[in-house]
Amino acid sequence: MSFTLYNYVLSGNCYKIRLLASLLQVNYKSIAVDFHPGQEHKTEPLLQINPAGTLPILVTEDDQVFTETPAMLVWMAQQFDDSGNWWPVNDPQKIPLILQWLGFAGSLSATVGELRLHSMLNKPLDAAKVRAASINVLRELESYLTEQRIHQHQWLAGNQPTVADIACFPYAALSPDAGIEHDEYPAIRSWLHALRSLDGFVTIPGIYELHELRNPDGPVPAATGTDPD
Amino acid sequence: MSGLQHAQQYWYPVAMTNELSSGQSRHTQLLGTPLLLEGGDTLSASTNDGKPLSVQRAFDHWWVTLSDDPLPLFSINEVAETDRTFVPCGVVRVACSPLRAVENFLDIAHFPFVHTDVLGAEPHTEVYKYDVKIDESKDEVIASNIHFYQPQAAKSAEGGIETEYVYRVPAPMVAVLYKTCPQRADAMDVIALFVQPIDEETCDVWPWMALYDDTSSMADLIHFQQFIFLQDRSILENQIPRKLPLDPGQEIPTRADLTSVSYRRWLKKRGAYYGAVEQR
Repeated sequence: MSFTLYNYVLSGNCYKIRLLASLLQVNYKSIAVDFHPGQEHKTEPLLQINPAGTLPILVTEDDQVFTETPAMLVWMAQQFDDSGNWWPVNDPQKIPLILQWLGFAGSLSATVGELRLHSMLNKPLDAAKVRAASINVLRELESYLTEQRIHQHQWLAGNQPTVADIACFPYAALSPDAGIEHDEYPAIRSWLHALRSLDGFVTIPGIYELHELRNPDGPVPAATGTDPD
Repeated sequence: MSGLQHAQQYWYPVAMTNELSSGQSRHTQLLGTPLLLEGGDTLSASTNDGKPLSVQRAFDHWWVTLSDDPLPLFSINEVAETDRTFVPCGVVRVACSPLRAVENFLDIAHFPFVHTDVLGAEPHTEVYKYDVKIDESKDEVIASNIHFYQPQAAKSAEGGIETEYVYRVPAPMVAVLYKTCPQRADAMDVIALFVQPIDEETCDVWPWMALYDDTSSMADLIHFQQFIFLQDRSILENQIPRKLPLDPGQEIPTRADLTSVSYRRWLKKRGAYYGAVEQR
């Protein structure tokens, strides 16, 4: 089983699908949609596939269509994750918590994601209002991740990354694109770093690969405080 | 002449030609001046007090000037080669000096670190010796004989190739690059950065390409260019100071920065201080 992704290269929501696919080592077919400047997602024939006119759209080999990112992530985990960690059905206590953060990812998209489109692609918006809302959402995430660290949990739902982490990662990581730097969010920074350290991590413009993890077969640079470079 | 007055002599892109149809309008800003754009067969542009501005169409964009006696718009000869694919890539807002956006576009040394595995890759980080001159007859900065190893030089490239680059700066806020066309040995792809200065520390960038590529879809080509440029954007927004220093000594260049050095000198000699650290 594989799938087709209707994709926009700068979309944080499309990036969630590309990222989980890479972490799970899944090959898929990607179709580029001219989101900007062409607004192709608001035109036929894409509206026939997704009347809501949003991206991403995921179409499975047996023609099941998903237009909601959380559903795509859960479907991918069920199909492709042999470890059972990304969508931990064997640990049912975690499921409501993961659903909580999949919902929260929608709040990140509606605030930071929208502000990013405004700052980057001139999408008309009440920027001051959305900026204030974005900061509130990031503070909520920061506060929760701080508590998680006190309980020695690195991820949103315990000690393994789940689809919840993938769902919340892009717009938290991309807030500098919207003019909100990470300086005030140390717990978020640490969590972003953990996610960027995962095997198979891929980037999107605005999020860079951890340099020391490139060329994993090569020598690991020594961690010293006096690196001449 | 002030930096603003110098900048007002030029033409700037404000919209793509297919963007505003009759009855549609949009507000924008040019060199600190708010503008109203109204669509139609020809774009109509005016200032807030109703003064109409000169408009012309070129390279799939509408160009506007605030001057009553502007300098002529530069040319790109390849626009006449109608078998090329012309790709207006859409606007990107960047919180940086318009001059910094142009300077970054002229830089090669950052490719392996910012455009990793696409326009460059470690350990192929060396910038080989290249040539820069000021073409006095055209009043342009020209950098040529640039060679760089690129893992994926263009959407149409299959695997790594050594790419040749030529850069032109035909106006302070325009950069045009010619690079090896992966599909045609006898031609070069053209990629331009047209910069609309919103103010001295904010710009709207309109990338435009004229390519030989008969395999990629238009959306694929736009995605490729936007992917590259948005990697630059996050770097540009973190450059300090926001404005571009033109005087030597404020930043220490290396030989790889020869194009940047020449660009800054060229700007300074012409009094192109809009978006620059003013220090005469």
